[in-house]
Amino acid sequence: MTFILYLINGVSLGGIYAIIALGYTMVYGIAKMLNFAHGDIIMVGAYVCFFAAASFGIPPVIGVLLAACVCAALGVIIEAFAYKPLRQAASLAVLITAIGVSYLLQNAALLLWKSNPRVFTSIVGTGAVRIWGLSITYVTITTILACIAIMICLTVFTGKTKMGKAMRACAEDKNAASLMGINVNVTISLTFAIGSALAAVAGALLCSAYPTLSPTTGSMPGIKAFTAAVFGGIGSVPGAMLGGVLLGIIEIFAKAYISTQLSDAIVFAVLIVVLLVKPAGLLGRQVHEKV
Amino acid sequence: MKRLSRTAKTDIFTYSLVTVGFIAAQLTQGAGLMSSSLKGQLVPICAYIVMAVSLNLTVGILGELSLGHAGFMSIGAFAGAVAAAVLEPIIPVPEIRLAAAMIIGAVFAGIAGILIGVPVLRLKGDYLAIVTLAFGEIVLNLINCLYVGVDSKGLRISMLTSAEALRLNPDGRVIINGPVGASGITKLSSFTAGFLLILITLFIVQNLVNSRAGRAILAVRDNRISAESVGISVTKHKMIAFVISAVLAGAAGVLFALNINTIVPTKFNFNTSILVLVFVVLGGLGNIWGSIIAAAVLTVLPEALRGFNNYRMLAYAIVLILVMLLTNSAFIKSTLGRPRLKRGAKT
Repeated sequence: MTFILYLINGVSLGGIYAIIALGYTMVYGIAKMLNFAHGDIIMVGAYVCFFAAASFGIPPVIGVLLAACVCAALGVIIEAFAYKPLRQAASLAVLITAIGVSYLLQNAALLLWKSNPRVFTSIVGTGAVRIWGLSITYVTITTILACIAIMICLTVFTGKTKMGKAMRACAEDKNAASLMGINVNVTISLTFAIGSALAAVAGALLCSAYPTLSPTTGSMPGIKAFTAAVFGGIGSVPGAMLGGVLLGIIEIFAKAYISTQLSDAIVFAVLIVVLLVKPAGLLGRQVHEKV
Repeated sequence: MKRLSRTAKTDIFTYSLVTVGFIAAQLTQGAGLMSSSLKGQLVPICAYIVMAVSLNLTVGILGELSLGHAGFMSIGAFAGAVAAAVLEPIIPVPEIRLAAAMIIGAVFAGIAGILIGVPVLRLKGDYLAIVTLAFGEIVLNLINCLYVGVDSKGLRISMLTSAEALRLNPDGRVIINGPVGASGITKLSSFTAGFLLILITLFIVQNLVNSRAGRAILAVRDNRISAESVGISVTKHKMIAFVISAVLAGAAGVLFALNINTIVPTKFNFNTSILVLVFVVLGGLGNIWGSIIAAAVLTVLPEALRGFNNYRMLAYAIVLILVMLLTNSAFIKSTLGRPRLKRGAKT
């Protein structure tokens, strides 16, 4: 019985990682860059959500939507000012700029909202439902449902809509896409907006499950989600989902059955082993070099 | 006299840069012009310079992105702290003890480099980066659970428990105490030792780059397939660069750890790896003296920005972004493109 409970908790934590990882993977797929500032956007989203509820008494659902809008705008602004000028530059230069943006967000948050941790009130309340003798918190259920909903929406969006197809075309070949009349700049901005909005949702869910909020809240989940994106095969949307969920399950199981202290080491060790067997991640496309 | 080649000129320039920097620092220190906070920064600057040069070997010269370089520094730091404590009764001269601790720290980091290098170097690009990141996190996590003590019977090591589980004799003392880290370290590092370590690092890295193996490493970076086709062993040369880089990072870790009283495992987290990577990229990939200047300037910069008070890390972030935008932006490159082309044509 406890095994199933751990599994559900693992899927829930994994769901949060998966939502964050989607942002990483979409941005990587289209802009071919590792957006290190993504983890800090989670933190900004959580803070917006926190203040919406604590200072203005806005209902949690609207608070999350507001956070998603703020973060989407933030993502677009960051892309326009920091990443767009470097589109032709070496990938390492973009990476360092992303790190700079990450520092900027963290330190701006430190100045605006101070370093003392805030206690985040869960967006769905703290209760739990009992199913077959298992007590599952509302947060867990909401996270799993949100994760499924996001997955379906994204699959439909990238598969069926014009904008989604444009996104895939840009990920494949930017020049060809622009020759076909796709506005590459708008498409990239849209990708950043979607990824950042998802990060805000993930931030609200994360802080509902683990209710302390500080300017560095986003960095560790950010690193883990980045790992999850690579685990599933970076650039692949289903891969990010799968990688995130698996990573969450491994982490919870490692904590429950092996050692709480070593759980991070175990998660990363599994990642290394998986990458050795499948060097492009679980669902990644292996690109063969042509000589 | 034979005319010096361009690489030899660059090498000599690098050595003189470090020497002039050392003499200038010693003079200002002697004249009492240096602030005490900057004085305290001298050894960390040396350690970060060694870190930056060694990471440049992996990222700039081998061309593989590593995000876990602080892991090697961490291994070196804690191995060095233990070695220094154990060797205290055996080697009374502090300078020799420091050297011995550095060698031990470097060897441990080198072993870790081999262990992680074998699997890691089969991967490419971002996947390699993520595995080095994972390695750094694993090291951090393991050292967080590591307890080491020493008593009259010798060294005692325990994982995952507490300092009590070491069951030390009354004369013993705990060296590494899990998440609290190593405390009560005798200060052995000095600015001169740091300067010597930088010179040794430069000697190793620059001679490696100009050797047969170094040219092979550059060939692997520039085009793996054609390097392989002319008979260069890709794995072997990647390993050479990666392990040397790890060894030097380990030595830098010892220098860093033996300079302060207490060192915690979280000091060497992902942010430290990133910090060193920033030095390397800002200094220019593959450019050794660039790494040195970037490491020195960026370590001092937060101090220099003290006038901004609470805003200094924010200012640091903005400076970092602006420098990257100014040096890499396509627009600025095209405006400054002409003089650069001319310079390129001359050489």
